[in-house]
Amino acid sequence: MEQKISIEIKNLVDKWKSKEGNLIMILHEIQNHHGYVPRELSLELSQMLDVPLARIYEVITFYNFFKLTPPGKHKIAVCMGTACYLKGGQDLINEVKNILHIEPGQTTKDGQYYLDMVRCLGCCGLAPVMMIDEKVYGKVKKSEIMDILSKHGSTD
Amino acid sequence: MFKKTILLKDTSFSPEDKTRDVFTRCLDYLREKQLEQDIQVVRVADSGVYGQGLVMKVLPDATLYVNLKDEDVTRVIDAAAQNKTIEGLALKKAPKQIRIVLRNCGKIDPESLEEYIATGGYVGLKKALLELTPDKVIEEMKKAGLRGRGGAGYPTWMKWKFARQVVADQKFVICNADEGDPGAYMDRSVLEGDPHSVIEGLIIAAYAVGASKGYFYIRAEYPLAVERIQKAIDQANAAGLLGKNILGSAFSLDLEIRLGAGAFVCGEETALIASIEGRRGTPRPRPPYPSVKGLWDKPTVINNVETLSNVSFILLKGSEQFASIGTEKSKGTKVFAVTGKVKNSGLVEVPMGITLREIVYDIGGGTISGKAVKAVQTGGPSGGVIPVDALDTQVDYENLQKLGSIMGSGGMIVMDEEDCMVDIAKFYLGFCVDESCGKCAPCRIGGYQMLEVLKRVANGQAKLEDMTVLRRISQAMQKASLCGLGQTAANPVLSTMKYFESEYKQHIENKKCPAGKCSALSNYAIIQEKCKRCSLCQKNCPVEAIPGSREDGFTIVQEKCIKCGRCLEVCKFKAVSKT
Repeated sequence: MEQKISIEIKNLVDKWKSKEGNLIMILHEIQNHHGYVPRELSLELSQMLDVPLARIYEVITFYNFFKLTPPGKHKIAVCMGTACYLKGGQDLINEVKNILHIEPGQTTKDGQYYLDMVRCLGCCGLAPVMMIDEKVYGKVKKSEIMDILSKHGSTD
Repeated sequence: MFKKTILLKDTSFSPEDKTRDVFTRCLDYLREKQLEQDIQVVRVADSGVYGQGLVMKVLPDATLYVNLKDEDVTRVIDAAAQNKTIEGLALKKAPKQIRIVLRNCGKIDPESLEEYIATGGYVGLKKALLELTPDKVIEEMKKAGLRGRGGAGYPTWMKWKFARQVVADQKFVICNADEGDPGAYMDRSVLEGDPHSVIEGLIIAAYAVGASKGYFYIRAEYPLAVERIQKAIDQANAAGLLGKNILGSAFSLDLEIRLGAGAFVCGEETALIASIEGRRGTPRPRPPYPSVKGLWDKPTVINNVETLSNVSFILLKGSEQFASIGTEKSKGTKVFAVTGKVKNSGLVEVPMGITLREIVYDIGGGTISGKAVKAVQTGGPSGGVIPVDALDTQVDYENLQKLGSIMGSGGMIVMDEEDCMVDIAKFYLGFCVDESCGKCAPCRIGGYQMLEVLKRVANGQAKLEDMTVLRRISQAMQKASLCGLGQTAANPVLSTMKYFESEYKQHIENKKCPAGKCSALSNYAIIQEKCKRCSLCQKNCPVEAIPGSREDGFTIVQEKCIKCGRCLEVCKFKAVSKT
């Protein structure tokens, strides 16, 4: 396992070494691959780039995009951009919270769903919008959420 | 090239998307009539029209057909082939729109360099590199009167000139594509629909300031935009439009993508620079401005996506044509994402100087519900709310600022009578509090304190003096914050208090929310005459605030009620009232 991590990080570092300001891009690649930024990888990265671990964590925790815990199997993103907010985005979040018993930023106990509150999915014409994995649902009504969720796995 | 292109999309909200079926039928019909060489039908992901059934748009005339029945499809193709329009079926064109930034979006294949070149692409770059000196290019921008489209409206030529004047061994250009304003997606559409126009603009900017390296700073949340820009950069490199000695000139430029990671403050120039350098995206005091000391302390010019798309247009068509559009101080067009309670939501590109009323009513079609428009919000979290009686204002940088809002990047949210202004202010301020980087105290502490006061107003626990508190904190934030985020965060609060003061007072003095949005101030009650005693409300009440039985009827105990609204939702007989 440890060896695998070293090789992975080494490849990334080699790829980006010659470029200045590479830390965020390397973190993007790690998260793309794992879905979050595991601590072991950050440790390894800190040694290879010769930057303190604190500096890596300061960057990870500053940006909303980076996650420190593994995401659920399905990612639910409920849009809270202005258009969606006006058209009841908060109601959708409350309903998902009620059904799955998780707060935004949390994963269900069975690891099935991760709930995220996002700022704008860029399809304001369809407000209110939610997205599960890659599938976008537009003009969502509160009553439809159970159905939508059940299409993507169990809701127990 | 095809004589006509027909864009096709099923925009209805039913789960069955008919686009594919209709598309196949169109292909069959074209083959049958031997029109395959003249007309192409393209399935599009987003037609800019929503909830209007089957939509076909004929290009280049831009005739739009909506709510088409199955039999209409072949008629549209016939009409297009004969260069006709089916009167009665075609929607009236919106002549108020002029397309400069969106000139190619939806018309060309964004992944094809050849198609971009066929529209006159990279001709402007060639002209700049081979015929004009960098100073002449800056002169062209000055004559065109182009101002930055990212929000503040700083003249583009001045930015370039400052960076040009500084002597340095290396300079940088950056395209700011970190569109983070909730409710706005103009840049995304351009990046995805016409990536080369932005790249061309960035190369021209680099030539004008003498930069040898450029970056695209794009939101990681826009994977398709990232993919298309990368592809376009590769194509441009292969075609000699990027890299060493571009088009045989002495000018060289390398372009690279850097991803944003979800921080609104990174739209601020100095924060964006910190992020590209691989650090936390916190701003620093200015001066020195990035034009003098920017990325890695080198002179840097940062332009927004829409600005750069305008740049390539100006070089292609000339500054006179660009300057002929718009008002005296604001030239050209502006793309707005018109959303909210408006009937036709979508992107519009309008000449500067158009009135808000024309955008909301003539193009947007008024509100969905038919209710009166209450206000229009522009500029996102940094902007303000414009009341309905100011709708005849002409849109330009100065006018919007006078009203207490800003042009911003182009979000335009239409609100009707059901929207509470206190709630809106709370929403935007909450956004800024979330996104505050925490570096300077006025923004970090001021924003939080204001939000606490607003929450009290919305809950009916505020005093009238709190309005003064809000004003005083606003002032401190505007004057003392380090960057644009903090300086403008109070705008939504100030503008709603200015135009809708009585609404605030109603919340504070009468404990009422006129729009019925602030749930803590609403009361639910059962209308006994309508109640059929089905007990559904009782079963659904999460706090057992509805005692009673099917024989004796039900009532809501106000002291227990948490105003969740479930009883209202589940009642099939409309027997629950909300006041």
